[in-house]
Amino acid sequence: MKIDILVPEFEPVPGAVIAWRAEVDAATWRLSAHQVWEHGGRLIALWAADTGRSPSVHLALVFAGRLLWLSLPVKGPEPEYPDLSDLFPAAARMQRAVFDLVGIRARGDLVDKRRWLRHGAWPVSEFPLRRGFDAGRRFDPVADDYAFVRVAGDGVHEIAVGPVHAGAIEPGHFRFSVVGERVLRLEERLGYAHKGIEKRFETLGVHDGYRLAGRVSGDSTVAYAWAYSMAAEAAAGLTPPPRALWLRALWLERERIANHLGDLGHIGNDAGLGFALAQFSRLKEDWLRSNQYAFGHRYLMDRVLPGGAAVDLADDAMMRMRDDIVRVRGEIARLRVIFDEHPGLQDRLVGTGRVTRELGERLGMTGLAARASGMPLDLRSSFPCAPYDALQPRMVVHEGGDVAARTALRFDEVIESLQCCGRILDGMPEGNIATLYPTPEEGAVGIGWVEGWRGDILIALETGSNGALRRVHPHDPSWRNWPVLEHAIIGNIVPDFPLINKSFNLSYSGQDL
Amino acid sequence: MYRILRQIARTGIVSETPPRPDEAYRLLSARLRAEVLRSFAGALSIRHVDAGSCNGCELEIHATSNPVYNLEGLGIRFVASPRHADMLLVTGPVSRNMETALRRTYDATPAPRLVVAIGDCGCTGGIFGESYASAGRVSKVIPVDVAVPGCPPTPVQIIQGILTAIEVRAAS
Ligand code: SF4
Repeated sequence: MKIDILVPEFEPVPGAVIAWRAEVDAATWRLSAHQVWEHGGRLIALWAADTGRSPSVHLALVFAGRLLWLSLPVKGPEPEYPDLSDLFPAAARMQRAVFDLVGIRARGDLVDKRRWLRHGAWPVSEFPLRRGFDAGRRFDPVADDYAFVRVAGDGVHEIAVGPVHAGAIEPGHFRFSVVGERVLRLEERLGYAHKGIEKRFETLGVHDGYRLAGRVSGDSTVAYAWAYSMAAEAAAGLTPPPRALWLRALWLERERIANHLGDLGHIGNDAGLGFALAQFSRLKEDWLRSNQYAFGHRYLMDRVLPGGAAVDLADDAMMRMRDDIVRVRGEIARLRVIFDEHPGLQDRLVGTGRVTRELGERLGMTGLAARASGMPLDLRSSFPCAPYDALQPRMVVHEGGDVAARTALRFDEVIESLQCCGRILDGMPEGNIATLYPTPEEGAVGIGWVEGWRGDILIALETGSNGALRRVHPHDPSWRNWPVLEHAIIGNIVPDFPLINKSFNLSYSGQDL
Repeated sequence: MYRILRQIARTGIVSETPPRPDEAYRLLSARLRAEVLRSFAGALSIRHVDAGSCNGCELEIHATSNPVYNLEGLGIRFVASPRHADMLLVTGPVSRNMETALRRTYDATPAPRLVVAIGDCGCTGGIFGESYASAGRVSKVIPVDVAVPGCPPTPVQIIQGILTAIEVRAAS
């Protein structure tokens, strides 16, 4: 099928989210991306695989209301493909990761050839996601000298922080160029948490990969396990029973609320209001205990699996779920008034770390941060799969683009998700919570795409023989938002960085893989 | 201000009784216990190091500081530099990209120092195991006193692990 102005013939990849797939040559790869870019489409993910006769690069785009999946087989001892980072800046790091892992180089005048995920753990001649690579191999560490971009000028100096940080957060390195206290430039260096997740998937079966998927970024375990299961179900041509889908939505919204509660406390704390952390962390604790009580895990790990759901909702747990909604709604309303009326707090939040809509669109920002900059992106509304087609949550959008907007958005989304939880409890269909997951055919593919609390999580999967996994690429929204953070800090003062960083709260593990 | 005070009054005290140490978590016996007690003088400073976790363990480490578990109330606090720390709380399988940073942090922590490995990953490498990118469990890279399993371990288990590491048995 033709899609709009695009050249390739697309085939549907069936599933809860339909992806339109086409195999292309290098020229069509570049032309299609250019056309999508020209007409306001977006890049979701770029990755590579070495599964077929030759390695291939893959691209997920959104265009004309559809999810497109382009695949470009590449050949030769030093395979290449056309660079897309001039169109979609977020592609730059993905392309660097593609080279580090699969050894396929983007070709273009402006290509950043520095490594990204590799650091010193394996040499430049080795590519862990190549087919013959033995995952158990251990290399002597190579020197890890990394060429940061230097900013020259009168009075400019550098501040380097990380990879180990002052707070209990994930590892990453930030290099600030500052004059006085003002930040002229921030350069991030990530990849410290790279632990070989994609290679690990290759040792698992399709039916049990959900556990690893749920640990790509632990704070989004429900979203990842759902995206994985969606992809696995697509590959097997299976639709889970309705009750399983409604349970998944309940968990996804509960995960969103838990993370938003945590973030609201930390944002308040980083802006000098310790009271906020005490209050919100107490609310979050109660919320997690309800998860434990009702579903047997505080973060709901391993509750979503291919074929359905692992636990059901008992009657007494239903009561507790309803009580939670009423209680948190009341507490949130009171705390919101305190936030809004606190001049010292507002002074720290308003205008800090601002990202305009224009900048966000150019950089390809997504998820929660995008909605706080006026970009109406939320899969639950724009690509609703069951049960969101029935739930119809209201998309929350704010215009400010600053820490204040990302804070207000979280307040609003908590309320909206609480309402959504109420509708789920009211409408929960009866019936089984799982169907037996069959062994999918060799070479089957599937896509899963789920709006986690941070943004949209995409998982592309291909099966091997006898129910093995041949290739899984989990894609965190943080890939697209980390580069935005580098811009959000410009012109702000260094002491505001923790606050701005927290207002995005991006995943390191999710992008380091 | 009035609203804040009213909210604090409404919330009341939610802290629960802290858990007891659990000897099952101990790996190294009686390591420098006497010195540890002397140097800590009733207050313990912890430096957290994420050596490659999925960030799930971090969520529960944060939770230990919430008003319900109130870790600070036990005289235990998180500090920003290893030089101020008595204990390292290490999560994750150690990614090879973090091996050097973890060793350096350990070396920068003044002796006697305690190391508590958190989570299935910290204990065994967990679901990520060992590979070209993961060195596996924390004790493959630095000496570990106490290892707390769980994916992630609960705040109570984490606090038990910390207390186990500093506890001196009355008998010894
Ligand atoms: S133990 Fe579990 S929660 Fe902790 S880092 Fe490992 S996978 Fe994540």
